[in-house]
Amino acid sequence: MAKAPVLATGFELPLEPRLPRIGSVDAVAVEERAATLAKRSIKREAKLFALDLAVRMIDLTTLEGADTPGKVAALSSKAIRPDPSDLTVPSVAAVCVYPNLVPTAVERVRGTSVKVASVATAFPSGQAPTHLKVEEVRDVVEMGADEVDMVIDRGAFLSGRYAKVYDEIVQVKEAAGKAHLKVILEVGELGTYDNVRRASLLAIAGGADFIKTSTGKIPSSCTLPVTLVMLEAIRDVYDETGRRVGMKGAGGIRQAKQAVQYLVQLHETLGPEWLTPDLYRLGASTLLNDVLMQIRKEKTGRYQSPDYFTVD
Amino acid sequence: MPAGWDYAPAPEARDLVELRDRYGLFVGGDWLEPKETYETIDPSSEEPLAEVGQATTKEVDLAVGAAREAFDNGWSAISPSERAKYLFRIARILQERSREFAVLESLNGGKPIRESRDVDLPLSAAHFFYYAGWADKLAHAGFGPSPKPIGVAGQIIPWNFPLLMAAWKIAPALACGNTVVLKPAETTPLTALVLAEIIAEADVPPGVVNVLAGGPSIGQAIVEHDGVDKIAFTGSTEVGKIIQRTLAGTGKRLSLELGGKAANIVFDDAPLDQAVEGIVNGIFFNQGQVCCAGSRLLVQESIEDELIDALKRRLATLRLGDPLDKNTDVGAINSAAQLARIRELSDSGEAEGATRWSPPCELPDRGYWFVPTVFTGVSQAYRIAREEIFGPVLSVLTFRTPDEAIEKANNTPYGLSAGVWTEKGSRILSMANRLRAGVVWANTFNRFDPTAPFGGYKESGFGRVGGRHGLGAYLDV
Repeated sequence: MAKAPVLATGFELPLEPRLPRIGSVDAVAVEERAATLAKRSIKREAKLFALDLAVRMIDLTTLEGADTPGKVAALSSKAIRPDPSDLTVPSVAAVCVYPNLVPTAVERVRGTSVKVASVATAFPSGQAPTHLKVEEVRDVVEMGADEVDMVIDRGAFLSGRYAKVYDEIVQVKEAAGKAHLKVILEVGELGTYDNVRRASLLAIAGGADFIKTSTGKIPSSCTLPVTLVMLEAIRDVYDETGRRVGMKGAGGIRQAKQAVQYLVQLHETLGPEWLTPDLYRLGASTLLNDVLMQIRKEKTGRYQSPDYFTVD
Repeated sequence: MPAGWDYAPAPEARDLVELRDRYGLFVGGDWLEPKETYETIDPSSEEPLAEVGQATTKEVDLAVGAAREAFDNGWSAISPSERAKYLFRIARILQERSREFAVLESLNGGKPIRESRDVDLPLSAAHFFYYAGWADKLAHAGFGPSPKPIGVAGQIIPWNFPLLMAAWKIAPALACGNTVVLKPAETTPLTALVLAEIIAEADVPPGVVNVLAGGPSIGQAIVEHDGVDKIAFTGSTEVGKIIQRTLAGTGKRLSLELGGKAANIVFDDAPLDQAVEGIVNGIFFNQGQVCCAGSRLLVQESIEDELIDALKRRLATLRLGDPLDKNTDVGAINSAAQLARIRELSDSGEAEGATRWSPPCELPDRGYWFVPTVFTGVSQAYRIAREEIFGPVLSVLTFRTPDEAIEKANNTPYGLSAGVWTEKGSRILSMANRLRAGVVWANTFNRFDPTAPFGGYKESGFGRVGGRHGLGAYLDV
């Protein structure tokens, strides 16, 4: 089992490799910067490029108590071929489901580029003993999940027990093995941008391959200023260590226009190297059809009724 | 991996503006046919936009006479709420026509449409709204129970914010019951002239506002005219001094808003990414052609490397080009003369030993352009640390302690603005107390609001624009 290093001052460890300083975030100014970037006007071929990229970056998600194998099978088909009437539209990056639905999803996407992501670690609250969380992660990986979306223990984080949060991420990372680990910060519960930055660096230090904004289970979730703060943490880690960490925005991204805004922010903060599904994901359920509708509008010059896009 | 993502051009519609071939002189509510005209151009392309009437001393005489008549025949005596009504009308029409005005401002001045759309226009309308609200409350402004207007105000404004400066000048003057003769800058007369159309459309009585385009000699004629009771000037310190000498002993009132060499002070505990945004906004907003620009970056030495690296990385993402493109961050320099001055001072920085850096950036072939530039290793003795460049050129100096920061920040003949970046609230307050600057921004820069007084210390001028204090410049107190 991984052993967390002793944390001498807060969690500004491990000392090697060095992490960027935690620093602070000015709320007014970061919101202003995010708002300015959101005003970029993306047109024609540049828009089509963004929409196509957005499709390839989507983690098509269903996380409901009512999820069934039938529902997940349909979702998986949609993920593989989002627009049956336009075969140039690529597959999405992954389907994201609860652990019990992993086997269905794995079977349905076999042989395609679509990955299976499973939430785990007592999603969405994270309020369960560590050994159960670790076991859950082992199980979903065994069932064939390519990616694991874990939640951090916000109770521990908000009470200042950063070492506990860190230690858990390290253990989950080990249990996940080759599966990609996305660490959900649940930013809506963290309260400040300072905390978002702290949690981002903590998750990255613990071994996150991706950091992710939200579970989508609380009303306040992904916003442009929050993702900007997270992207800046990723950028600082890259500058300091050369390590490329991915980013996933989830919760509240429902329109193609929003997706383009998130991609502009990504482009102008982390640069073109990050414009790939390997390093950026959009967790969403309803976003996909709006993007498809916009793609068709860009290609044909007119909007079509939602009835022309499949609902799965 | 994708090859990259080039944003397609996203130009605002130029045809929102219906340019006339020729603009006259707005005197006494009428458009006078000028004897002489000059060509005003688009500085981003050097293409001519329109012919503009060039005022002569004769028209200055007529305009001052019209303003005097309007003042004597009612404007100063009509009910204050009536005056407010006109100002509210102007504000509303400005809002209604804001897209058109934004395009015109960018065409004639070279600034990015994003700035004219999001800053110049909303603020211009806000100034009219704000002072409209004061018009019937002057008795409660702290200037006595019944403060009186001064009379005819001669107002001379610069080319960096042509419409906004007109709003800053006209709104408080009219709210207080004065009448005005406004001279827009020679290179950027168009929005002020279209504002005159709005003023006529708002049924403001003839002669209350008169607008004369022209060069420095017209400014001088207004300053020297016996019929003028007050001069308000925004522009260079050099000209401000000449005006002050001219007015000495005449009894005319004067307010001056002149140059600056603001220190933007970044402490080691500052929120770095936001400080970088503040530095960028401080010196590259409107291509640095801002009197309160944060042209001297004072950074605590312990974070100099980190901050400068972050700043350079950010500057590499700035998009320079067509001012009408909605994605443009940096537009054109206002005129050939200004470009020459920026070049000359920048060259002196290099000659004196500072290290010059600019992001890789292609400049358009035509028009007046200057790439955003950062000088590091600058000492207080260099010209680029002492003289106002009025362009996209940042000088970086370092300090070790708060005392040293104060000493260096105040070590300038100017005192218009300053910025402080730190997480410590107590330090913000103590720095603000000790900085000799009319405006001190904390964890932000170049943020304006009609409710906040703006103006300088020392060679940056005197008198305040904006807020309750701004009324003082147009009342007989």
